[in-house]
Amino acid sequence: MGFALEAAVHARRFDVALSMGDGETLAVLGPNGAGKSTLLALAAGLLRADTGSAELDGRSLFGPRSFLPPHRRGVCLLPQEPLLFPHLSVLDNVAFAPRSAGESRAASRASARGWLAEVEASELADKRPGQLSGGQAQRVAVARALAARPSLLLLDEPLASIDAAAAPGLRRMLRRVLAGRNAVIVTHDLLDALILADTVTVLEEGRVAEAGSTQSVVERPRSSFAAGLAGLNFVPGTSVPSGLVDAAGRRLEAVSENPLPAGIPAAAVFSPRAVSVFPVAPAGSPRNVLRVSVTDLEPHGEFVTVRAGHLSAEISTSAVAELDLVPGSEVWFTVKATAVTLYPL
Amino acid sequence: MTGTRPLTAPDRVRSPKPRVGFPGLPPWLFLVAALGALFILLPLAAVVTRVDWARFPELVTSESSIAALKLSLTTSAAATALCIVAGTPMALVLARSAFPGQQVLRALVLLPLVLPPVVGGIALLYTFGRQGLLGGTLRALGVEIAFSTTAVVLAQTFVALPFLVLSLEGALRSAGGRYEAVAATLGASPTTVLRRVTIPLVLPGLLSGAVLSFARALGEFGATLTFAGSLQGVTRTLPLEIYLQRETDPDAAVALSLVLVAVAVLVVGLAHRSSAPAVP
Repeated sequence: MGFALEAAVHARRFDVALSMGDGETLAVLGPNGAGKSTLLALAAGLLRADTGSAELDGRSLFGPRSFLPPHRRGVCLLPQEPLLFPHLSVLDNVAFAPRSAGESRAASRASARGWLAEVEASELADKRPGQLSGGQAQRVAVARALAARPSLLLLDEPLASIDAAAAPGLRRMLRRVLAGRNAVIVTHDLLDALILADTVTVLEEGRVAEAGSTQSVVERPRSSFAAGLAGLNFVPGTSVPSGLVDAAGRRLEAVSENPLPAGIPAAAVFSPRAVSVFPVAPAGSPRNVLRVSVTDLEPHGEFVTVRAGHLSAEISTSAVAELDLVPGSEVWFTVKATAVTLYPL
Repeated sequence: MTGTRPLTAPDRVRSPKPRVGFPGLPPWLFLVAALGALFILLPLAAVVTRVDWARFPELVTSESSIAALKLSLTTSAAATALCIVAGTPMALVLARSAFPGQQVLRALVLLPLVLPPVVGGIALLYTFGRQGLLGGTLRALGVEIAFSTTAVVLAQTFVALPFLVLSLEGALRSAGGRYEAVAATLGASPTTVLRRVTIPLVLPGLLSGAVLSFARALGEFGATLTFAGSLQGVTRTLPLEIYLQRETDPDAAVALSLVLVAVAVLVVGLAHRSSAPAVP
């Protein structure tokens, strides 16, 4: 039961295998061009895989010699833009799927009203799609998708085109309606994954970079992409006694839950808040000391994120002024060994 | 002639102000454009000046005029219906599918647009005529097409079809396939998607294509004369009547020309209105 897909599309350098349990929501994260849209198109039947197969609730969606057309899959795609049918009223948009399934006009409209209530948009029933705000249109699109009673719901960045003020309400609504449903949600936002999904798959360059429970991916990312989303510094390398050595030969002292054998691939993660910034190398410090060149400064509130390549430190605005930091400044990042978590990759 | 935009009148320009984001046109361009417009409008004005208004009602209501006008309107309507029935699937296949030789097929479909209508008439004659390709088969079925009202309709459909296909294909392409993809994942079969999503979305394009086809059918002369002849009440449409009257009663020809001009203006106005985009 649940959903499982294993497919390759050579022209797009896509080769992914993933699965999810019954009633679970899977968040798919990844940079642009990682293959997230390809994955959705394959599941929806809008793209044919060169090889592979997919199963949903025990039914085959496609295989080496079979291909179920989109309208017979019970897989509903909620695109990034709501794409409400402009020639139909909101109510008839939501009634579209039941009507297509053969329900009478009256019955399909009755169930459409129910789904509009489910997404808290009952008052929009008689409007035309052109009269709706982005957030309202996305709510209606969710109702239209739910009305199809899909076995699998695919959401392509459902909150990306919504203004910041409307997003939290929509996110809460999605959390409620996605509970207990098979759903795949493509997102750029870790918050969406944390709030909406049970498991996370990170795609990079058409491959699965990591997969696991949302909690484990956030706390112990295995790809720099996931670490960046979680706002963590991520240093992959090779384990040595009480730490690791990265590709550049820098040694990081770290604390591991279980001591690691030396010489295996490992990752060290630490929060930007645990990093201190010094203009000169601190002498006789028990800390990890990394010489870096500042690439960017991002102020937010009374703090500033100091970026240096793929490492970052978060320090106070006054400290930035005191250190006279500008992009290009040569500084030292230090972090206590006890603030660095080490784990095998 | 082979662009993917709908074959409709250009975007309306209501205000003389340049559109936002465009730095403005050189002044001399307006002069040349005005000359071009004059070239089209002046001959129409010339027709109006030559109309014998005193005899106008009598001329356009003569028995032969009424018969020709009636025949023109009914055959053009029938040809437009045929264009919609045959042209809509063609536009859909050209716009929404991919197969080898598609570009060649598109070029061939547009051929009647550039072919001299007389040549079209000869081609039709050697297809459906008594001695034609299908002549024997049709005679066996008891159907006689050449020099009948059916022939008029076929000749008009032949020349008008590309207008509908071009217009609708352009509308289909600019509407894109994303709504259809969503509809399919909502469980709608291809036929349902076509009926409830595709056609409603491109209805303005279909309407303007139909109006243009009607206008082209209404003006059809060469292919009709060649394939259907000129028999009053049967195959003599308004353009043929005008051409014939020009020999005997130039005033009647001018009066009938004005009627055709009026119908054409009406049709273009309708097409312009219905070409407003459905999807903002």
